[in-house]
Amino acid sequence: MKKSAFLGTLAAATFAAGFAAAGTLDDVKAAGELKCGVSTGLAGFALADANGVWDGFDVAVCRAVAAAVLGDGSKVKFVPTTGKTRFTALASGEIDMLARNTTWTFSRDVDLKFEFAGVNYYDGQGFMAPKALGVSSAKELDGATVCIQTGTTTELNLADFFRANGISYDPVPIETNSEAQAQYLAGACDVYTTDASGLASTRATFESPDDHMVLPEIVSKEPLGPLVRHGDNNWGDIVRWTLNALITAEELGVTSANVAQHSSEAGKNPEVNRLLGTEGDLGGMLGLDKAWASRAIAVNGNYGEIFEKNIGVNTPIGIARGLNASWTEGGLIYSAPFR
Amino acid sequence: MVDQSFVRTEIVPEKPAPLSQAGIIGWFRKNMFSDIPNTILTGVVLYIIFMVLGNILPWVFSPTWNSVSLTECRSILAEIGRDGHGNGGACWGVIRERWLQLMFGFYPSELYWRPVLSFLLLGVALAPVLFDGVSRKILFFTAVYPFVCFWLIWGGSVWFPISVFIGFIISYFGFVIGNKSAGSLIGVLAAIALPIIWWFILLSPINSVLNSILPLGSEAIESDRLGGFMLAILIGVTGIALSLPIGILLALGRQSDLPILKGVCVCFIEFIRGVPLITLLFVASTLLNVFLPPGSNFDLILRVMIMVTLFASAYMAEVIRGGLAALPKGQYEAADSLGLDYWKAQRLIILPQALKISIPGIVSTFIGLFKDTTLVSIIGLLDPLGLSTNIRADMAWNGILWELYGFVALIFFIFCFSMSRYSMYLERKLATGH
Repeated sequence: MKKSAFLGTLAAATFAAGFAAAGTLDDVKAAGELKCGVSTGLAGFALADANGVWDGFDVAVCRAVAAAVLGDGSKVKFVPTTGKTRFTALASGEIDMLARNTTWTFSRDVDLKFEFAGVNYYDGQGFMAPKALGVSSAKELDGATVCIQTGTTTELNLADFFRANGISYDPVPIETNSEAQAQYLAGACDVYTTDASGLASTRATFESPDDHMVLPEIVSKEPLGPLVRHGDNNWGDIVRWTLNALITAEELGVTSANVAQHSSEAGKNPEVNRLLGTEGDLGGMLGLDKAWASRAIAVNGNYGEIFEKNIGVNTPIGIARGLNASWTEGGLIYSAPFR
Repeated sequence: MVDQSFVRTEIVPEKPAPLSQAGIIGWFRKNMFSDIPNTILTGVVLYIIFMVLGNILPWVFSPTWNSVSLTECRSILAEIGRDGHGNGGACWGVIRERWLQLMFGFYPSELYWRPVLSFLLLGVALAPVLFDGVSRKILFFTAVYPFVCFWLIWGGSVWFPISVFIGFIISYFGFVIGNKSAGSLIGVLAAIALPIIWWFILLSPINSVLNSILPLGSEAIESDRLGGFMLAILIGVTGIALSLPIGILLALGRQSDLPILKGVCVCFIEFIRGVPLITLLFVASTLLNVFLPPGSNFDLILRVMIMVTLFASAYMAEVIRGGLAALPKGQYEAADSLGLDYWKAQRLIILPQALKISIPGIVSTFIGLFKDTTLVSIIGLLDPLGLSTNIRADMAWNGILWELYGFVALIFFIFCFSMSRYSMYLERKLATGH
């Protein structure tokens, strides 16, 4: 009797745990807010303004998902995470998704049991050097002192690059980007290496940015994207297809300005109709309503608009689209079709 | 005949000490230029001070208060012919724009009066604890203050803090009644068991009933809106206020003759002291969530407060044990020979002396604890240092380092220096040496 009661309790607990883990969508709807892990502060990607309102390239993904699921892009609870806490915060369920310039790697996807919903920014590690140093390629950096953030993949990439080219370097370990900025400007190192997007925003803050150049070599692949936990495929689909909706919207010319008009009635382009729910019921397959993608696009615009507003050439950061252009314009940003 | 006496007939009037011995000049001659090596040292030190101030002061006094971005700062500095932002002058616009955020985090600005009021009330609540000349009656307010502060800062229903407070009253009466009717052990057990029953079983139904009858409350503020110095002070003050009593109990437990009690206290103290604070913070931020049942929402700031308090308590226990060990054995024996029981002996004879000896160590632990609160930025809480990272992510202020760190350092210095001055005042007041 006692044993069966114990087993019954155990089974019920297992069932309850499985049930709780299976329904991130229901949890989010019940809570009425999306808990989204973001960076504690990274220029252009995630930052809070003087009033505490979060903004940025990664933040826009959170807002789009919140708009698709909850109908309101402001119903997001932003949880600032550091490089050290981000994965445990996601694994423990403290956040529903993580949009924090996180590189998609094999071990993170497979071993840490996460699911990357796609790539929203193709980054790569680059080098910045003062023009006065007189180098035009990273291969000429033999014997240079290099400022590098410790404990990141950039450290390993750097070692690989220099070893592969048979040249030597002298690392100057640095904890944070702002410290690196100060050290580099003070001349503590000849070269600063980090992701190219970080180099661009760092260089933009210099007193005379023209005295410094980003070297042409990109020594690593850093595909950054939002991620969710393993095991809740429906939730993973929602995040993946929200990101895809933003990308497809750019490809099809749906912008924040015309999305309301396109959504009001079916137009000529059948894929636009399917995307915005004026034809078929793709949203229903995700467990959402028909207008989910339309709302996601309406918050911050399509992928291209989000890029231009936060990190594009007209912002102080001034990153050109490059690899992150739509595939129709020679970039890598490509979404599976809405069909 | 002229009086040729060699003896003065009148007293020479007093003269001021010669200029070379008195006043500022005398002081300088005595203390700074008494011989050649000292004169050389004085010259060198003066030169160093001049060099340091000569570099820092022009940087500090920089007319950039009204700027709205680093770029504007640079153009202001270039206009007045200074040598750029790095060496030429500070860019104080960032402090003007963000100082409220550095103080309150993301707390809603129309409700700033709530944390400000609770900070002022903190002064009132501390006054009878810290100083002599204040009416003892305010101590009642001190006892109520933690609940008032909680309600002011987090808001929400007024019944929750009230009913938690009632738990402590129940505990007190449980102890008094149990002690009188069935002895001190029953009293202690009642003091522990009754409030636990109240808090964990009765509290939430009674709360919901009270809420439905009389829904009193204020706008609830979620924990993720707390930040800046408000967060640092909250964690620091909680840790300081709770670690002292817990530390005293642990220290007494470690000196106790009861083997189990002693063992538990030793294990706790040695474990906590053997682990870095940052590890405990990681446990608070990540590990606890894995252990707790899914769906349980245990506030991160509360978890951090608990960990910081435990950490400080272990150190406090050892500081106080040092004070206890320094007391001559005769004091313990004297207390016994007076026929005092254990608690009376501790309260009337041992602890007042032991604590007095430990004051410098206790205050050092307090100061260390307060500064350690900046470690929470590593687990993603936006304390002043975490916020400064966030502020730098704004491209208007990206590249600003020393202004933010300087401001944070200044505020921390004010708090820590006041604590240190207070401890010196206390030591002077309590000095009974011969």
